[in-house]
Amino acid sequence: MTGFVIRRLLQMVPMLAAIALLIFVLFSVIPGSFATGQQDEGLGLDMAVVARMRLELGLDDPLYVRFGKYVTQLATLDLGISFRSRQPVVDMIAARLWPSLMLTMAAMGFAIVIGLPLGFVAALRPGSMVDLGLMVIAVSGLSLPKFWLGILLMYLFALTLGWFPSFGYGEGGLYHLTLPAIALGVSPMALLARTTRAAVLDIMNADFVRTARSKGMNEYRVVVWHVLRNALVLVLTTIGLQFGSLLGQGVVVEKLFAWPGIGSLLVDSVFQRDIPAVQGCILVITLFFLVINTSVDIAYKIIDPRIRYT
Amino acid sequence: MKIRANLAIGGALCALALVVGVFGPWLAHTDPIMDANLMNAELPPGKEFWFGTDQQGRDIWSRVMYGAQISLTVGVVSQLINTFIGTALGVTAGYWGGWWDDFVNGLTNLMLAIPSLIFALAIMAILGPGLTSLLIALGLTNWSYTCRISRAQALAVKSQGYVQAARVLGYGDFRIMFTQILPNTLGPIIVIATLGMGGTILAEAALSFLGLGVRPPSPSWGSMLSDARETITTAPWLSLFPGMAIFLTVLGLNLLGDGLRDILDPQSRSRR
Repeated sequence: MTGFVIRRLLQMVPMLAAIALLIFVLFSVIPGSFATGQQDEGLGLDMAVVARMRLELGLDDPLYVRFGKYVTQLATLDLGISFRSRQPVVDMIAARLWPSLMLTMAAMGFAIVIGLPLGFVAALRPGSMVDLGLMVIAVSGLSLPKFWLGILLMYLFALTLGWFPSFGYGEGGLYHLTLPAIALGVSPMALLARTTRAAVLDIMNADFVRTARSKGMNEYRVVVWHVLRNALVLVLTTIGLQFGSLLGQGVVVEKLFAWPGIGSLLVDSVFQRDIPAVQGCILVITLFFLVINTSVDIAYKIIDPRIRYT
Repeated sequence: MKIRANLAIGGALCALALVVGVFGPWLAHTDPIMDANLMNAELPPGKEFWFGTDQQGRDIWSRVMYGAQISLTVGVVSQLINTFIGTALGVTAGYWGGWWDDFVNGLTNLMLAIPSLIFALAIMAILGPGLTSLLIALGLTNWSYTCRISRAQALAVKSQGYVQAARVLGYGDFRIMFTQILPNTLGPIIVIATLGMGGTILAEAALSFLGLGVRPPSPSWGSMLSDARETITTAPWLSLFPGMAIFLTVLGLNLLGDGLRDILDPQSRSRR
């Protein structure tokens, strides 16, 4: 088991290197740069100032020199200095990390609390009205644009009923968190409900469940001991994978609700052509996604030792 | 054959979206950009303006009709690019194997390791806003699942007797891939493409909503929602109709994809 964990963690290293290379290459082909960009925007920078900025930021160095610097910086967890704010990108991201994580966890919490019981109840009564209702909710939830749902929630619960604020972070409490978390959590909730229903239905028809019933085990024990535990493997995988991708999906919701997370920092940096900040945000979001996916793989193996990886 | 509800509803919604996309200019009452009239600003839905008017007095119905062209074009074209890239890489990797297979596998894993919306955002940051940039960004970021599936299908099919027979008959590699392997991978690929198109339309709307997609005043459903955000207190209908259009189109594609999966990939029914 330890060997598997170490091997799985080591597999992350080349992937991380490839991601860093890809991000660097992508942003090295941008026509123009921050310095010329400012001039293009008609901000009236003097050519001498532009030249000095390019030199200062190392934008005139050959590509391989810049990549060497980039990798060296990354190795020391230095994501560079923001072109705009002149602050270290690491500090900017660190300030935004907790709000993003909090939003992601709250959205996932919402998805689990609502989606899991819905899927379970629907699977226990396949073909019933409850089951049909769930399927409608699940397919609708997966088709809803998050930002549109966010606008509708904002209109109903913030502007009409006045139960929640329409945007902002406040003190970071539930009051401000609720609407963005629901807007972000509806799609994983729908997916989780669907996955849980499918997993439970599959297991309900498995031989070992039939055997347990034929031996006279009461239904409660059958469901809790056999069905629930086995369904958990698939459900946990879905939870893990969704959790990993939520930080990326949260970009739009963060922007809509003016939530001060990494997603809104990324979008603002894209508009300002603040390349180090954009690279840093993408790298951190991707790293988070990769770490969660690796953890899911490891957890999968712990929960179900029958699984073999080649 | 009994028509499944998801296939029927999904097909009907997609047909409706297609009609709106193709005949939008004829269905629209006014020009979506030029016919601005501040005297009609922010009128609620009524007999004259079915979906109301926006801040500049433009007819929302007409903008939704025209917007369908942009949203559906981006959805269809970028999904076609994704399907082409994914299938070409997957089938060749599965059939040839060796270093090419390793390379394609590595590339697929890399693509899967980056959230697709974030990757699309990075490409948009490089190329700048606009329709072409959108097509490229969304067409290059969602091919990995198609690649995985077509590779697996190619691997399964290449050792079949009829493929061996084609080889013995002297067929070239590309001819075998086109005539023997590709037809056997089409079912799952069509399902993924249909479901993926919904995701692409959502991604286009998200990027346009962020201001990185189609530039105003061109009406795309996402950019209309972005504009509507400003007037949510005074004219909430501005966000209702473009949002509903996105929702119904994506719902239709998801239902159609589910229905097609039941027909083209019956084994999956037991897995869901």
